[in-house]
Amino acid sequence: MSNTTAPAPDAGKKEKKRSALAQELLVPVLAVVTGLIVGAIVIAVSGENPFVAYGALFAGSFGTPADFIEGFQIYFSTGETRELVKAIYPFTESLVTATPYIFAGLSVALGFRCGLFNIGAEGQFFIGALTSAFVGYSLKGLPMIVHLPLAILGGALGGALWGTIPGYLKARFGAHEVVNTIMMNWIAFKLSDWLLNGPMKASGFRPVTPNIEPSAELPRFFADPLRFNLGFFIALLVAYLVYWFLFKTTLGFEIRSVGANPDAAKYAGMNIVRNFVLVMFLAGGLAGLAGASQVLGVDHWVGQGFSAGYGFDAIALALLGKSHPLGVVLSALLFGFLRSGATDMQSMARIPIDIISIIQGMVIIFIAAPDIIRWLYRVRAVKKEETVLTRGWGK
Amino acid sequence: MTNVLELRGITKRFPGVLANDKIDITLREGKILALLGENGAGKSTLMNILYGLYKPDEGNIFIRGKEVDIHGPNDAIAQGIGMVHQHFMLVPVMTVTENVMLGIEPTKNGIFLDKEKVAKSIREISDQYGLEVDPHAYIKDLPVGIQQRVEIIKVLYRHADILILDEPTAVLTPQEVEGLFKIIATLIKAGKSIIFITHKLKEVLAVADDITVLRLGQVVGSIDPKKATSEILATMMVGRDVNLVVQKQPAKPGAPVLVVENLYVRDERQHMTVQGVSFDVRKGEVLGVAGVQGNGQTELVYALTGLLPLETGTIRLLNEPIRHTTPRNILERGVAHIPEDRQRHGLILSFPIHDNMVLCTYYKPPFAKGISMQEKPIFSNAEELVSQYDVRTPSIYVNAGNLSGGNQQKVIVAREFSRPIEVLIASQPTRGLDVGSIEYIHSQIIKKRDEGTGVLLVSSELDEILALSDRIAVMYKGQIMAIVDAKKATKEQLGLLMAGVHPSDTSNKN
Ligand SMILES: Nc1ncnc2c1ncn2[C@@H]1O[C@H](COP(=O)(O)OP(=O)(O)OP(=O)(O)O)[C@@H](O)[C@H]1O
Ligand SMILES: [Mg+2]
Repeated sequence: MSNTTAPAPDAGKKEKKRSALAQELLVPVLAVVTGLIVGAIVIAVSGENPFVAYGALFAGSFGTPADFIEGFQIYFSTGETRELVKAIYPFTESLVTATPYIFAGLSVALGFRCGLFNIGAEGQFFIGALTSAFVGYSLKGLPMIVHLPLAILGGALGGALWGTIPGYLKARFGAHEVVNTIMMNWIAFKLSDWLLNGPMKASGFRPVTPNIEPSAELPRFFADPLRFNLGFFIALLVAYLVYWFLFKTTLGFEIRSVGANPDAAKYAGMNIVRNFVLVMFLAGGLAGLAGASQVLGVDHWVGQGFSAGYGFDAIALALLGKSHPLGVVLSALLFGFLRSGATDMQSMARIPIDIISIIQGMVIIFIAAPDIIRWLYRVRAVKKEETVLTRGWGK
Repeated sequence: MTNVLELRGITKRFPGVLANDKIDITLREGKILALLGENGAGKSTLMNILYGLYKPDEGNIFIRGKEVDIHGPNDAIAQGIGMVHQHFMLVPVMTVTENVMLGIEPTKNGIFLDKEKVAKSIREISDQYGLEVDPHAYIKDLPVGIQQRVEIIKVLYRHADILILDEPTAVLTPQEVEGLFKIIATLIKAGKSIIFITHKLKEVLAVADDITVLRLGQVVGSIDPKKATSEILATMMVGRDVNLVVQKQPAKPGAPVLVVENLYVRDERQHMTVQGVSFDVRKGEVLGVAGVQGNGQTELVYALTGLLPLETGTIRLLNEPIRHTTPRNILERGVAHIPEDRQRHGLILSFPIHDNMVLCTYYKPPFAKGISMQEKPIFSNAEELVSQYDVRTPSIYVNAGNLSGGNQQKVIVAREFSRPIEVLIASQPTRGLDVGSIEYIHSQIIKKRDEGTGVLLVSSELDEILALSDRIAVMYKGQIMAIVDAKKATKEQLGLLMAGVHPSDTSNKN
């Protein structure tokens, strides 16, 4: 009856999924590769050797095979771990850097899925860091099993509150979330300045909070200086939860519907403004967790200028990850490795850290304008994008 | 006589679909070729290939006997091919002039846009072909019929002499259709050649010089319009005899299920477009709402379905008033709604078919347990509906946006008919559908009626209104001119009412 080569339903689905995944990954991967090439050209033009630079970058983010071998040899022959620690330090540091990126990237991605542009992840990150630090240092004498979850929750709720305010303003008054989240960022920055110089200031001269109690620290897997901690695995778990929430629950279905076609969502009886508030609450919570993971897992206190721009990088990262939790995790790892390797690149090869920003910037441009990549590599456009033009009729 | 255009052996595959299978068509100089075919037969795909939007997998294109390579719309335009899409491609917040010059902006002194020059050319084109339009009007303020003129002007401004019109009449009122046909006649007189796609067989018989019919991606055959009838064409398209007349028994109306009293509604721009409308729909009957589009029907339906608030007046659904109710609440009380604008309200194009099939019921068992969505029932529901309503698709996992226009409509109809309902509100339910699908959907509407559903049918097709309705309300400027018994109604009488004239013999108002 129909002109289709009707495959078995499951086969059709699997085939579609596989080719869709390949298609989805193709452009981002090529974009990253091209970004690195452009970065190399910039390094070369500035008179340095790109191979040396990238060698240092790689060593700084993964470690070197030679160090690994040596570390293991010494460990097995003498039981001495110092060299081994040195060998795995770069790799674990990259994962440590990736952890807040995962949370913050999920925050922005969740907003995108609902058609909201959460520029406020940075502010939510700050507030989450402050609230989790407060719970961490002010409560004393609690067992870890109580204190740590409370501190994490404190961070999530702080961020969530900061996200809900612009969400509510949008739902109630139609105020645009981009403007309001930017405002909330500034309020967060100024508020934290005040808190760190006043109510939350530890005794001493520096504007920092007191150290959190050990019972609120995210457990580390190795002794100092390795800072690799439970936060990374919590981030992976949360990424899975976000995936499940978005794609397997009715709430996620609503959020995606509102994001994809608000008119159809309204027609289907979904409450659009409620979804705006819910999503901003959750997105704020995720960014808050990013702050909490940094405080509870890495720094153990909060100081001025605490964030390294995680909340802003998260926007780029969510775009690179196509707002999909798995994509976000992969891009967060990429950013984590680039950022932490860059420090070594700077110290060892004397290449300014800013080159990483150039690479990141290029990657984002290529993601936002995939035609450049398609043209460069002669990749055919994805079917999905072709269709826009065939849309049947209708207004 | 020369052939301006020949397509030879065009083949196009999409994943799981052979959309065009070695298609040959010929367009004669100065003639109108009508392209017919079921929903999903491959008409739009073929035209998109000709216009350079798709690359064919096989086949050649000849223009005036010379083979040409078309790699994109720019090549097509250079070859004198212009296309008016099924779905208009205009920028609503720009003026007519700005839209026409988009992509080929002439400049003064190399930097400043020369809008006056374009506006002048538009006026010349308008005069030459009878395409009246104000070059300085904003697109968003123009009715659909005029927007279409802008699309045609855009094409003529680029010096096209082969025009592709993909379902140009689907969204037009009968008056606008007549206007379009006049324009087409002048275009032909000026030596243009036209490919015209439509599902309305009467139009084909009225204007076409040649007819080619596609089915399942292949050419079924060509036929001389002088020898064709609607029945012959329908059979060629669908491959079986089609009943063009709706079979139905007299209605057995029961108690009113939807009562509207003195309703006023403002549209999104705050104009009061529904002004004091009263009517009722009874169980087991079809109340047709006829009227030229833009006389308040859209807002009436939006108010009934909770998409727009009511200003004053009352709506009673199954004896309970609705006021400050949500669309969800109205749906749950047993209202199904086939929306007028399928891509805006009816579907989420980027979602797969199976998700669109549960768009209104996703949160209910068996599709959800608590907040967890249940894939199995969602998939089997979609499989069932796709086969029952003959949606042409390789699988239920395809995005709704990849379906042909008519098949998108079938997805909506299938979804809305698949849950238990008391009231059906259908706006232009068969717009863009082929004759076979229209037959099926009409019979389903009558079946719902006979099962006791109250049906409110809004349509700008008088034929559809007359075929399905038991009573007919005619809307004009936000008011109901009269409600007449469908058995006694004539097209002439309805036509006058639709134009706001009270013929003396419409005293059988009830
Ligand atoms: N971009 C696409 N990706 C996948 N399949 C597609 C795409 N475009 C069209 N198709 C499929 O190709 C077939 C032909 O579609 P086409 O839009 O040409 O039909 P049509 O004859 O114009 O139908 P209608 O009268 O409903 O507009 C359909 O089965 C459709 O699902
Ligand atoms: Mg079509």
